[in-house]
Amino acid sequence: MRMGLHLSALGVALLTLALWFFGGMNTGWTKTSVPVDKVDAVTGLTYQEWEHRFLPGLDFLGAGLILAAVLVGAGFLFPRGKS
Amino acid sequence: MKNIVLQNLVFLLATTVPLWGAPQSFDFKDPKGVNNVVFKLDAPLESINGTASGISGTVHYDPAAPASLKGRIVLATASLHVGNPTMKEHMHGKDWMDVAQHPEIVFEAISARPGAAAGDTVTADVTGKLTVKGLTKEMTIPVKLTYLKDRLKDRFPQKQGDLLVIRSTFKIKRSDFGINAGKAEDKVADEIELNLSLAGMAPR
Repeated sequence: MRMGLHLSALGVALLTLALWFFGGMNTGWTKTSVPVDKVDAVTGLTYQEWEHRFLPGLDFLGAGLILAAVLVGAGFLFPRGKS
Repeated sequence: MKNIVLQNLVFLLATTVPLWGAPQSFDFKDPKGVNNVVFKLDAPLESINGTASGISGTVHYDPAAPASLKGRIVLATASLHVGNPTMKEHMHGKDWMDVAQHPEIVFEAISARPGAAAGDTVTADVTGKLTVKGLTKEMTIPVKLTYLKDRLKDRFPQKQGDLLVIRSTFKIKRSDFGINAGKAEDKVADEIELNLSLAGMAPR
């Protein structure tokens, strides 16, 4: 059980880090839509269209790492398995 | 013969004179969805950037007499959008914009003081009444007006008419309009930077 929880913690931490890293290492809040700049050819006005995209932020990274730490801690509540 | 000439002259004057100096009415409800307001507030982790596109209203403008500018621009508060859904929920909530009770932000232009002009573009200081969350404050904002004669067809091929482009950047304080006034200033700045990009059309 301990080993299982610790492996799960490792998996959660790695998955969180990978999603955050490959998601663009956003140092702001997590977003579910991002603005895309456009220009109207006739008026020359700049406007933004919102594109649905998951952009993990520092809150996502923190929550994932806290969950991993909790799983590690929970693992220590169980006795070490015999090898 | 003299009577016919006189009649034609009277007809010509009757049909054209009212158009001279008469401001055109530009409708700012944009089916293309280009009209937008960008807002920006400083915050510790990252600045809060969002947009609003629910714009409507009418502006009366005579390119020959920019000082005659008058009108009303309305922004639907429900269209205020930020990328983080929790933040958006808070922003629409009672403490912040209270979208349910205050569905509109209104700017009513009362007078304009034209400044420099270059081609079809003129700058002006427009004085008007800004109403946010039920509180009205008179303020003067810098505006850049660009009159695009006969360019409506470039946006809508089936229509003839003119376009009026309005650009403006100015700041307001959320405390002036009761937007969570005096609270959470360590998390969200009191000052809000607004950037307006609007195009109105006057079909003929």
